Amino acid sequence: MLLYVFRRLLTAIPTLFVIVTLAFFLIRVAPGGPFNQERGLSPEVKANLEAQFGLGDPLWLQYWHYLQNLLHGNFGPSYNLPDFTVGELFAKGLPISIQLGASALTLALLIGSTLGIIAALNQNKAADYAVIATATAGSTIPTFVIAPIIQLLFGLTWKLLPIGGWGDGALINKIGPVLTLALPQIAIVARLMRGSMIESLRSHHIRTARALGLSDWSIVVKHALRGALLPIVSYAGPAAAALLTGSIIVETIFAIPGVGRYFVDAALNRDYTLVMGTVVVIAIFTILFNLIVDILYAVVDPRVRYD
Amino acid sequence: MNTSQPILAVKDLRVRFRTLDGQVDAVKGINLHVNAGETVAIVGESGSGKSQTMMAAMSLLASNGEATGAVDYRGRNLLGLDKSALNDVRGRKITMIFQEPMTSLDPLYTIGNQLMEPIRRHRKLGKTEARKEALRLLELVKIPDPERRLKSYPYEMSGGQRQRVMIAMALANDPDILIADEPTTALDVTVQAQILTLLAELQRKFGMAIVFITHDLGIVRRFADRVYVMRYGEIVEEGVTDALFSAPAHPYTKMLLAAEPTGRKAAPPTGAPVLLEGRNVEVSFKIGGGFLAGPPLFLKAVDRISLALKRGQTIGIVGESGSGKSTLGRALLRLLPSEGSIRFGAREISGVSREAMRPLRRELQLVFQDPFGSLSPRMTIGQVITEGLLVHEPSLSSKQRDARAVEALLEVGLDPNMRNRYAHEFSGGQRQRIAIARAMILKPKVVVLDEPTSALDRSVQKQIVDLLRKLQADHDLSYLFISHDLAVVRAMADYIIVMKQGQIVEEGLTDDIFDNPRETYTQTLMAAAIDVKKFRIAS
Repeated sequence: MLLYVFRRLLTAIPTLFVIVTLAFFLIRVAPGGPFNQERGLSPEVKANLEAQFGLGDPLWLQYWHYLQNLLHGNFGPSYNLPDFTVGELFAKGLPISIQLGASALTLALLIGSTLGIIAALNQNKAADYAVIATATAGSTIPTFVIAPIIQLLFGLTWKLLPIGGWGDGALINKIGPVLTLALPQIAIVARLMRGSMIESLRSHHIRTARALGLSDWSIVVKHALRGALLPIVSYAGPAAAALLTGSIIVETIFAIPGVGRYFVDAALNRDYTLVMGTVVVIAIFTILFNLIVDILYAVVDPRVRYD
Repeated sequence: MNTSQPILAVKDLRVRFRTLDGQVDAVKGINLHVNAGETVAIVGESGSGKSQTMMAAMSLLASNGEATGAVDYRGRNLLGLDKSALNDVRGRKITMIFQEPMTSLDPLYTIGNQLMEPIRRHRKLGKTEARKEALRLLELVKIPDPERRLKSYPYEMSGGQRQRVMIAMALANDPDILIADEPTTALDVTVQAQILTLLAELQRKFGMAIVFITHDLGIVRRFADRVYVMRYGEIVEEGVTDALFSAPAHPYTKMLLAAEPTGRKAAPPTGAPVLLEGRNVEVSFKIGGGFLAGPPLFLKAVDRISLALKRGQTIGIVGESGSGKSTLGRALLRLLPSEGSIRFGAREISGVSREAMRPLRRELQLVFQDPFGSLSPRMTIGQVITEGLLVHEPSLSSKQRDARAVEALLEVGLDPNMRNRYAHEFSGGQRQRIAIARAMILKPKVVVLDEPTSALDRSVQKQIVDLLRKLQADHDLSYLFISHDLAVVRAMADYIIVMKQGQIVEEGLTDDIFDNPRETYTQTLMAAAIDVKKFRIAS
């Protein structure tokens, strides 16, 4: 298993390299540059700025320099937020996004799985229909609708939660954004779990367990649930990568200083280094969580072996 | 063994399923009983309701199923019991083993863990004692190296071993009744015989009653004291085994008894030309290997096999699962990469490209085992059977293709008016006819038949065998008939190749192989098959 993890981490290097290379050249192909949008920038100043950041160099040389810096852990300066390096931006924002994302994911897995199991055990009965209806609603109502509703009800009307802001990470400030992030995920996990559990409960070995007179608890939790976990695990990996790297909608609406907004902002502003930083961070998270999924697979299912 | 004291009495049992197409009555008010220590068989073909009867008794029906009537076990109606009272009977007094040994154990827990569960549940034993019991049970069902096997997972064991584990679990709490639902159908013949012998032995030892649910009359004849014959949810005939077999009263029972394929195929004339010839054919599969994972292993599925199929000949390829018989069939049709030489007519086809193979494909056809999976559910059967014509006879107009479809369907005994229907509207036997029509429409010379009758009921099997023989006679076809079912092979083939682990163990004319097998393996195979059907019925 250790050898497998090592091998996987090793193969991540060429993957990252390909992603970095593609992203580097793709963003350069897009028209415009980091200093095009600032009004009143005289050609001399602009040329100066570009020279300072080496943007006048041939593309391959810029690429070469970027790779070198990246290998030293240096993501370079941000062009549009000149007081910060990209590294500093992530050091500040990433922990915030991770906190929100991890809380939302935990909630989603706990509540979503529970709802899914309840629905599966009551297939085609009232409880099942209630879960399906809620889940469908939860996954169809967009985040930018849920978030303002939460702000309106809990913030303005009942004054239970602050309307927005990070508040130095006070718990009460996290509730709104975490709920907004978690609700659609709860819906998805509940539906996945329901389907997976129904299939698992139909399998032959569950029939065996029933025929042996085992208790419902043992049948559901020990035998059915474990087998039903695999699809949830596969979903949770990429979902975790997406949630932990922040959401622009939630962070914008609740005024949270996370990293989710960088992705879009940086791309729009042609902030090359920040775009690259975001790509690298998301790539690393995705690779990491896919690896974790594969390891969890082996933990859940003894037939999965990696040696 | 009969103590003539009914311990289980099924009274006016009805099983009904609610489906999208309305209610389906699977069991229509049957009565049967089981005496202590006796062996009762419930016989019937698929869809007769034989399994659902016992599923209902055990409250194991699917969630859309509903049972009414009574199932009295020692005076208590099991159908009315609440769950905890029911679970004191299930797995303890009445237990059950199933047809699917490969999937009936939980793949995620060790054998030991699963064996200990019913013991601990019903006998309230501690972990150490339960483990001792589990070990004793594994020894009882003759699993070699039981101490180590406790820590094995189901996927590490063969089908036969898994069925032994199932039996061990079922016997863990010394039950009164063991219900065995087609316990050996999914197993190879030699393993089948072992499992049946084990069951008989355990019954002698512990004296429990056994209810055999089966379609296999050989098993019934050999093991059952009494028989119930079921059809369309009703019991059509019942009686003591010997009496029922020697003087069946109901026409359906008579039909079942006569359903074993009979007849022999004569060898082709001596001058018949060789159509398909393989020399030292070898197929190996790569296992594992890759980046940092070391060199791959190679498994030889087919190991230097030579055979020559003459025009009008049927070569039966016999062997147990994993012997490489299907792989050989596919390799000879160039559907799998292989080593060695394969000649079709005068032409060497072993190195030929896919494009060059294509025109030859119409003459080399294949019919698969699974009539449920091998027909596209999204095409009408008219489209299914004429699809090959689009490739091989593109000049045909759609009218001509349709005429060919009608012709092909008539030839396999189906109503051509059904060609606009979809595969799911047909029964297993009809689907196999469709699959045969799909091969025949191209007017092939060689057809590889890969277990074409294995998924079918005996009575349907016989019809398919008759159809295949008629087609062969009409078109002078050559068959490669792959099967594990010796009775069918004997009726179909004039020459037999016995395979084991990728190699030919023995080959020869059908009657020689069946009557005087030389090799030990062939003898075991024959003995196992004949053992089960020892008392053959003169029909």
